[in-house]
Amino acid sequence: MTKTTYREALREGLREALAGDDRVVLLGEDVGAYGGSFAVSLGLLEQFGPDRVVDTPLSESAFVGAAIGAAMGGIRPIVEIMTVNFSLLALDQIVNNAATYLHMSGGQIHVPVVIRMTTGAGRQLAAQHSHSFEGIYAHIPGLRVVAPATLEDARGMLATALADPDPVVIFEHAALLPMAGDLADDAGAVDLDRAAVRREGTDVTLVSYGARLHTCLEAAEALAADGVSAEVVDLRTLRPLDLPTILASVARTHRAVVVDEAWRTGGIGAEVAAAICEHTFWDLDAPVARVATLEVPIPYAIHLEAAALPQAADVVAAARAVVA
Amino acid sequence: MDERWSWYRQMVRIRRFEERCVELYSATKIRGFLHLYIGEEAVAAGVMSRLRPDDAVVATYRDHGHAIAKGVSMRAVMAEMFGKVDGCSRGRGGSMHLFDVAHGLYGGNAIVGGGLPIAAGLAWADRRLGRDRVTACFFGEGAVAEGEFHETLNLASLWKLPVLFCCENNLYAMGTEIAHEQADLDLTVKASGYALPAWSVDGMDVEAVAAATERALASIRAGGGPVFLELKTFRFRAHSMYDPDRYRTSAEIEHWKERDPLLVLEERLRADAAAGDDVDARFAEVAAEVDAEVDDAVAFADAAELEPVEELTRWVHADDSSVPRQEVVR
Ligand SMILES: Cc1ncc(C[n+]2csc(CCOP(=O)(O)OP(=O)(O)O)c2C)c(N)n1
Repeated sequence: MTKTTYREALREGLREALAGDDRVVLLGEDVGAYGGSFAVSLGLLEQFGPDRVVDTPLSESAFVGAAIGAAMGGIRPIVEIMTVNFSLLALDQIVNNAATYLHMSGGQIHVPVVIRMTTGAGRQLAAQHSHSFEGIYAHIPGLRVVAPATLEDARGMLATALADPDPVVIFEHAALLPMAGDLADDAGAVDLDRAAVRREGTDVTLVSYGARLHTCLEAAEALAADGVSAEVVDLRTLRPLDLPTILASVARTHRAVVVDEAWRTGGIGAEVAAAICEHTFWDLDAPVARVATLEVPIPYAIHLEAAALPQAADVVAAARAVVA
Repeated sequence: MDERWSWYRQMVRIRRFEERCVELYSATKIRGFLHLYIGEEAVAAGVMSRLRPDDAVVATYRDHGHAIAKGVSMRAVMAEMFGKVDGCSRGRGGSMHLFDVAHGLYGGNAIVGGGLPIAAGLAWADRRLGRDRVTACFFGEGAVAEGEFHETLNLASLWKLPVLFCCENNLYAMGTEIAHEQADLDLTVKASGYALPAWSVDGMDVEAVAAATERALASIRAGGGPVFLELKTFRFRAHSMYDPDRYRTSAEIEHWKERDPLLVLEERLRADAAAGDDVDARFAEVAAEVDAEVDDAVAFADAAELEPVEELTRWVHADDSSVPRQEVVR
């Protein structure tokens, strides 16, 4: 076991990828000299040189599109977009090109690109740096969308994403970057197919991903003190959803609370809640509950931001209501 | 000069193919959007005549001419427009999305400007892998107003990528004339702003196009980075089959037809002819051969099969992906 952080785990994943395959290249705004806007790629320029760790101009559409074209051309680009908010400027390339080419070309064009970006709120960065747009990407056939919430996944998802023949979008939650813990010395590639039960329980299933997984784990602890046994499911992969794992848990506990850091309307939480209702309706002892971010642009002031986001107390209250 | 005849044949192939598409559209054999290249043939024929077979091409929704001139068979293009599995994209892309990687055709892109970053990326991969290849990227002057044009020219120039940017300036972006779209009508000025060579070329003259392409490719292959060509041309037909063409006068169209790239070349071929050569007979011969090729393509497309509906969900992810394929439920 080694003491590490989510940020260092991401960095080790990148280091391993760059060291393991000459075709791998990391590109993006400030990934090189600056060390990554969140210091994830710190030191990689020095180790691998400017040919492998490539700073790009501020042109999300061009450099993400170039990464897509380069993947079509046979190299393995890992492209970093500073945050999901800025990825909207590259949405055309990701949605209209990366996600469509294989199907639209009748199987001729493969796009094995990995697109990493940070997401999430909780750092008083206000309405243009705090939103969770994962659901936009999870809506798109042709993409695989993953969100590491643990050190193991932060360390291991990249390798699997690089081995994937299709475009993979990785959402790294900015608030998790300093999260510290122990990681096995032989930590490496993890599967991208399965959701994970992070805590077992019998009375209610809490479903979430990314930073809100930890909100749910905190809530489960509080609920346990009250004698409510909560199971916590980490989606890990947002597209395609691992419905069997989610549904099996709900079939056991008969109650579900879906927790989403994005807005309630039309997001991943909505999709998960709909799937639970669709498939396990007769197993449910209570309506599916949802905890999501209030439908406001995330504000700067700390008390307002906290009030907008799902907190452990909100999850506890929702869980109590469904088990009552 | 033999090459004049091969350019001529290539342009006639595109012209007759497109004219047949009009008929087939009326006959409802072809549906969806259909953008014709009639009037612009010298651009694709001229540029492709200087590319190598393994050079790459990224095109737009107006891509039949590029596909044909790059060597994709008329059969595969026509079958694509018929929505058949023998089409170059298995009938999944249609007129706007012709793909044929074996011929270096990386797709018609139907998002204005959307192909430019892809072309830069292909070129970047080529350079990294040590492949001696140039990517020719075609787009209209309408795309010059898009951010992706500016972002990509800057990136390609900064990284000295082997891209030939071919701007087909036909003066209209759908119904918007260039003067209503561009603050500066000189497109080469914009491109030059990104520190790359930018030349304006008579796009109705296939020889001028080929000569400019040759010069550009020499510079690109020598490691000089991207080159921008503005190819001044005109589409003789409406933007698409949906377009009633209300924004142009017939006088303007007729004026441009006087410089029909086929006429321009026919004149030269006549001038080349030695006494006693029956040039008209040779024109007719080319036309007859091309018509036979088009007939054959149509017959092929007609007879071709549709892709089985069970295949609909194939290639959302690659066959070797761990993402399970959806069942097709009808
Ligand atoms: C991003 C985007 N905006 C709008 C359209 C609709 N559209 C299709 S073609 C076209 C005109 C493009 O003109 P130009 O780039 O000059 O090419 P041309 O059609 O003349 O070859 C427009 C507006 C589109 N396909 N993509």
